[in-house]
Amino acid sequence: MSIENLERRKFDTLVIGAGGGGLRAALQLAEADTHVAVVSKVFPTRSHTVAAQGGMNAALANVLPDNWHWHMYDTIKGSDYLGDQDAIEYMCRSAAHLVYELEHQGVPFSRMDSGKIYQRPFGGQSQNFGGEQAARTCAAADRTGHAILHTLYQQNIRAKTHFFDEYFAIDLIKDKDGFILGALVLEIETGEPLLIEAKTTLLATGGAGQLFRTNTNAHINTGDGLAMSLRAGIPLQDMEFFQFHPTGIAGKGMLITEGARGEGGYLVNKDGERFMERYAPHAKDLASRDVVSRAIAIEVREGRGCGPNADHVMLKLDHLGRDVLYKRLPGICDLCKTFMHIDPAEESIPVFPTAHYTMGGIPTNRYGQVVVPVDQGEESIPGLYAVGECACVSVHGANRLGGNSLLDIVVFGRAAGNDIKKYLKENRHHRQIDEESVEQALVHLKRWDESDGNGSETVHGLRAELQKAMEDYCSVFRTEEILQQGLEKVLDLEKRMKNVRITDHSKVFNTARIEAMELENLVDLAVATVKSALERKESRGAHSRMDYPDRDDVSWLKHSLYYKEGHRMDYKPVTLKPISVDTFPPKPRVY
Amino acid sequence: MLFPGDLAFDETRLRWQCRRGMLELDLMLETFVEKRYAGLPIKTKKAFHQLLKCQDQFLLDYLMGQDIPTDKDVADVAKQVRDAAGPGD
Repeated sequence: MSIENLERRKFDTLVIGAGGGGLRAALQLAEADTHVAVVSKVFPTRSHTVAAQGGMNAALANVLPDNWHWHMYDTIKGSDYLGDQDAIEYMCRSAAHLVYELEHQGVPFSRMDSGKIYQRPFGGQSQNFGGEQAARTCAAADRTGHAILHTLYQQNIRAKTHFFDEYFAIDLIKDKDGFILGALVLEIETGEPLLIEAKTTLLATGGAGQLFRTNTNAHINTGDGLAMSLRAGIPLQDMEFFQFHPTGIAGKGMLITEGARGEGGYLVNKDGERFMERYAPHAKDLASRDVVSRAIAIEVREGRGCGPNADHVMLKLDHLGRDVLYKRLPGICDLCKTFMHIDPAEESIPVFPTAHYTMGGIPTNRYGQVVVPVDQGEESIPGLYAVGECACVSVHGANRLGGNSLLDIVVFGRAAGNDIKKYLKENRHHRQIDEESVEQALVHLKRWDESDGNGSETVHGLRAELQKAMEDYCSVFRTEEILQQGLEKVLDLEKRMKNVRITDHSKVFNTARIEAMELENLVDLAVATVKSALERKESRGAHSRMDYPDRDDVSWLKHSLYYKEGHRMDYKPVTLKPISVDTFPPKPRVY
Repeated sequence: MLFPGDLAFDETRLRWQCRRGMLELDLMLETFVEKRYAGLPIKTKKAFHQLLKCQDQFLLDYLMGQDIPTDKDVADVAKQVRDAAGPGD
């Protein structure tokens, strides 16, 4: 495909990604008669938002006393004080309004007998700034993400948003003045590229859980928008912060809820030892997620793992009895029977820490504008926005609280939509497209068209190696030595990318080519993650260094920024000043 | 020339249609396509394509055995997908 024959379309706004964040922004725009296109690599309602079961936090005070300021405190404390307090205030203040708005749009939130929206308690929620447990999470049964995603999709159809289903985004188009002018995308069905020119572009492509061998994420979560930003010269923020859950099914990744240990389940190593007694003598198997995750990783590293590869530990539930198990943990019993052919009433479950959520991402402010450091301050990149898991606004800081991710996507999806409307009023005309940038994106795509099949690496082989390296060197057990080894591994994989071959050069639904480009994205993000983790010499939230076990607010109360060019690091301050209330100063994070 | 509704048309899209929003579905559907799909009779293949049109949450209910599709052929193939999932994938 030459640049002269390239098909082109023009829109006011291009939204890349059709999860909750992208669809909420698109709806805000389409309802204001903005000409908006949404590009999604899978059918929109198959986006990963559909998997969010827990719910959405908002201080409605329907079940227990609550207010947005307590929610703000909990979110800042949960973030281990790395969250930006202005963005967190904005999110917590907006939450109640957005729950009611979603309800009016059609989300069937579960209700109490009184008719009010039911709210369930989640970890990390408190009343009165660290007091009694709060109940803040609004849910539509156990399928809140599904309900929100379908509602937003249908509202977008009503508002006449234009959908490009099954199109893969390749690269952002940028001009010499730094404006983002849209993106080159690929129609998966035909294999033909399409240039979508847009006055504003919003990235909402989700997280990058596929970086790790054991993860809870759908296979689509390959961090495409994050890698596109890196290639466009934009840094990624706080990539060292990745949330892990201690008990994923080993080799598969699906979560075994903490409820299993709450009911009396416990972990054992290959010697049958209940090893959590050594790591947390009082709390044992109910110690916090990071403590349990690290204990499992240490057992495996020190050769006390189970199975032929000694690469997991076992979760014992059989002593609870069949009746208790099938009554209280039916979902876990179903999961184990289906995926492991194990009956937990008779056999233990192989488990290992599983990667769950990308706290880091594309740096944005609370308007969804992508921002980069300039001199002593920062400036927005004209025409570029990001929201949701691919963005780092940063409301989750070093650790996300349950129920805050669905809130994040609707709050900042809407905020970005509103800011884009303002931008469009001030920028009424399309800028001249930068043909050189388009050519570069086409060259990137052609690399896979012209791959001659003589390379020495396969996509699947390199991807498996990358995921294993990330699990071995950059998951829950981090030291200088291990991360240094990890960096060498991922840099080696980065070099080997040029040897990757694809043998299928057909056009129609050539998924091999898509998987190759996804791997390219993952490799860039792996380097960003390991490099950021190596440089941060403290333990904070999800980033736990065995050699720097304490949080260091003097040296490290700052955001990391990783640039692809030269694998360079930079830092910027955390915004400690909220919009209207007093700062919550950093304190020891004790629950 | 292939047209929507033709089995051959659907088969070109098959692997991408198995990319879903949940890890559980990805694992089950991809395993089934890899291990079983090619050997299926045409009627069962068509039922599988029908199954793939379901919304993710309903699909999960069907594949985890928590609900049963009303169409018997689709219900049969949902059970086959569930049976094909396992530890060795």
